[in-house]
Amino acid sequence: MIDFKKFELENGLKVIVHKDSSTPIVAMNILYDVGARDEDPEKTGFAHLFEHLMFGGSENIPKYDLPLENAGGENNAFTNNDITNYYLTIPKQNLELAFWLESDRMNQLAFSPKSLDVQRNVVIEEFKQSYLNQPYGDVWLLLRPLAYKVHPYQWSTIGKDISHIENATMEDVKGFYDRFYNPSNAIMVIAGDVDVEQIKLLSEKWFAPITNKGFFKRELPEEPVQKEARALTVERDVPIDAIYKAYHICSRKDANYYATDLISDVLSNGNSSRLYTRLVKEQKLFSEINAYVTGDIDKGLLIVTGKLVKGIKMADAEKAILMEVELLGKTHIEKDELQKVKNKIESSLIFSETSALNKAMNLAYSELMGDADLINQEIGKYSAVTIDDILRISKNIFKAENSSTIYYYAKKQS
Amino acid sequence: MTTINRLIQPGVKLIDSIALYEPEHFKLDNGIPVFQINAGTQDMVKIDFVFEAGSYFQEKLQVSKFTNKLLNEGTKSYSSSEIAEKIDYYGAFLEVGSDKDVATVTLYTLNKYLERMLEVMQEVIRFPVFPEHELETYKQNRKQQHIINSEKVKFVSRLKFSELIFGSEHPYGRQFGLHDFEAINREDLLSFHKSRYSSNDCRIIVAGKIHSELISILNVFFGNEEWNTNQEINQIQQRDLEQGERKLHIVKEEALQTAIRIGRPLFNKTHPDYLKLKVVNMVLGGYFGSRLMTNIREDKGYTYGIGSAVVSLHRSGYFFIASEVAGEVAQKAIDEVYREISILHTDKVPGAELRLVKNYMLGQMVRSMDGPFALSDNLRGLLEYGLDNSFFTDYINIVNNISADEIRELARKYLQIDSLFELRVGAR
Repeated sequence: MIDFKKFELENGLKVIVHKDSSTPIVAMNILYDVGARDEDPEKTGFAHLFEHLMFGGSENIPKYDLPLENAGGENNAFTNNDITNYYLTIPKQNLELAFWLESDRMNQLAFSPKSLDVQRNVVIEEFKQSYLNQPYGDVWLLLRPLAYKVHPYQWSTIGKDISHIENATMEDVKGFYDRFYNPSNAIMVIAGDVDVEQIKLLSEKWFAPITNKGFFKRELPEEPVQKEARALTVERDVPIDAIYKAYHICSRKDANYYATDLISDVLSNGNSSRLYTRLVKEQKLFSEINAYVTGDIDKGLLIVTGKLVKGIKMADAEKAILMEVELLGKTHIEKDELQKVKNKIESSLIFSETSALNKAMNLAYSELMGDADLINQEIGKYSAVTIDDILRISKNIFKAENSSTIYYYAKKQS
Repeated sequence: MTTINRLIQPGVKLIDSIALYEPEHFKLDNGIPVFQINAGTQDMVKIDFVFEAGSYFQEKLQVSKFTNKLLNEGTKSYSSSEIAEKIDYYGAFLEVGSDKDVATVTLYTLNKYLERMLEVMQEVIRFPVFPEHELETYKQNRKQQHIINSEKVKFVSRLKFSELIFGSEHPYGRQFGLHDFEAINREDLLSFHKSRYSSNDCRIIVAGKIHSELISILNVFFGNEEWNTNQEINQIQQRDLEQGERKLHIVKEEALQTAIRIGRPLFNKTHPDYLKLKVVNMVLGGYFGSRLMTNIREDKGYTYGIGSAVVSLHRSGYFFIASEVAGEVAQKAIDEVYREISILHTDKVPGAELRLVKNYMLGQMVRSMDGPFALSDNLRGLLEYGLDNSFFTDYINIVNNISADEIRELARKYLQIDSLFELRVGAR
């Protein structure tokens, strides 16, 4: 059980406070409700590029990191298709500094041309390091446009094409900031040895004066139901063949999400999971195999991916995967097996609540889902899932016409 | 509402002392030391079993890693799948890991299943049988994984760098290839287990919400008798640093980025200059605002990241700088690295920067104590070197008192340019 208090400033900034007196640090997490899905299809990769620019100085603070490091703090951030999340930890006696820093960059970013030039390059190197210079690194660049034809999940957070980043102008990034970086579009969580009254005072002092430059209302096209199986075959300079299958699933907010997540766990969470015991250990078709849900806020994907043992044919490997996933829609799983994945989820959630920073991040995300208290309701929602739910939802997901498959072949050595 | 002046930074209070968590210390009946960090709000514990069973002790390459990874793949009483089923059913997590010095088995479990899980842990730690077919499957999959990893410039640079600085004969430097996987057999694992996973060289660290019966349960499964016996081994200690080539370029024609590593062997946490050198390292490449990051990422945009570190090993230690940079600017990046090191030799670190680094380092120490799991990781790092909490009081004193002159002296002493090894993995 994670206790918290919630209040909202007049400008719409939501603030959540969690008291944990066992830790010497305070965590501050600010979630901006903007991700790659909110980008212009001709200017992709902006949410992530923008995350980099947020460290390039604000109106009154030329370098974000410097004063924070000076106060013994540290920060980082990440961007995904749904959100941009900034977090820091700082010794508790220096907490106000964090308010000063974060409010200044929410209020007015500096937009130095040098920062834009450099961060463009840094992001291009990140693109190379993570997507191009890694074996199988480009798979999400291929899988997303295969699975999504309409919805902006069709591009990755790094962007559709490196040229979108190369061509980013100052005008573009300023527009992005004014549209999305507003107090009404953010959720702030403070976790640590703090009290609510102190946080109220600090929030009023530093964040209340910030005005909204605009109000953003999200209107995204819904991905139409897929009608036929899609497949793509590629050959790359990798040593081992691999297969990737993506199935459309519900949104993270949907009541069926919990059962869907458990379905992926039955398939591949832990060494006793079905895909691992049967396809890796018993049949020796794959050297590694994995199934997981993307957990996106709009309708997401369930991914099954594996690397084939050398000498195994792609068709045989695929057949074995299909057999396992389709079985879930044909035969009830044992109650014990369901209990097992529920137990695993319960303990994972409990284990993840051991640091102030994790708790702050989870609270912010839960609030974005509609209510910070979801963090305390999750275990109950998972435990309510029945074996009928698993059967019904599996039947719905694991249909050929709901799938997109990438056959990722190792280039034949000549 | 009164207007605020955003130009005025809120005051910052420095850290001159910190309340350190003092772990409780017990011994099982057979002498195994148990350290307890009884902190945290959730009704669960993390238990680390630490053995002197890292790759340093192996005669055949990869035997340490294979032994560790296959502990839970079949025991006297349970098959691999029975173990997996039990662990998963009770929502526990069993992690194994090994490095150059130690091997660990870690259990995360809810307290309500503690006894059941420790019974499984006893099997895994004391009675593994390393079934032939499990070994074959693991071998096959490790080989594939290795082939894939070998495509990554960063992976290759990490392995090769150890060899470059310690030498290909040294237990810290010897590197493996695919053929070494083939050579491993079941007897190697049985004998390594018998000689290295022993009660006379085991340490247990427990963190979380600890109930009073913990020690008696641990005694039942791990403390009732002595098990296995550690054997003394002789390994060569240090390579002659004057020998051999200091620069190496491994060509990967297709690579877009070049992985760079520059550094040298040094010493570990017990050396009197270790903490001071940490400060030098911090200035150079230890944090986001460091000189390397500021110059090579934030000013030039050559890389997504660059950093440096001082690493402790039980019988040695090393300093290194690592980055992946755009292939076409690799030489420029390397030149900048040497330039930054040279500046440390000639110029004193300016007062404002030194204050920043000191404050950051003290904050980092405080931040490393967020929650029981973090406290237990800290403790593990001390116990391996026979250190205690006084390491942290020394840390505060040294960081608070080190001068710019001392930093320059240390850089001159330990980071001479011609003492450094240089490795690049990437296009020609």
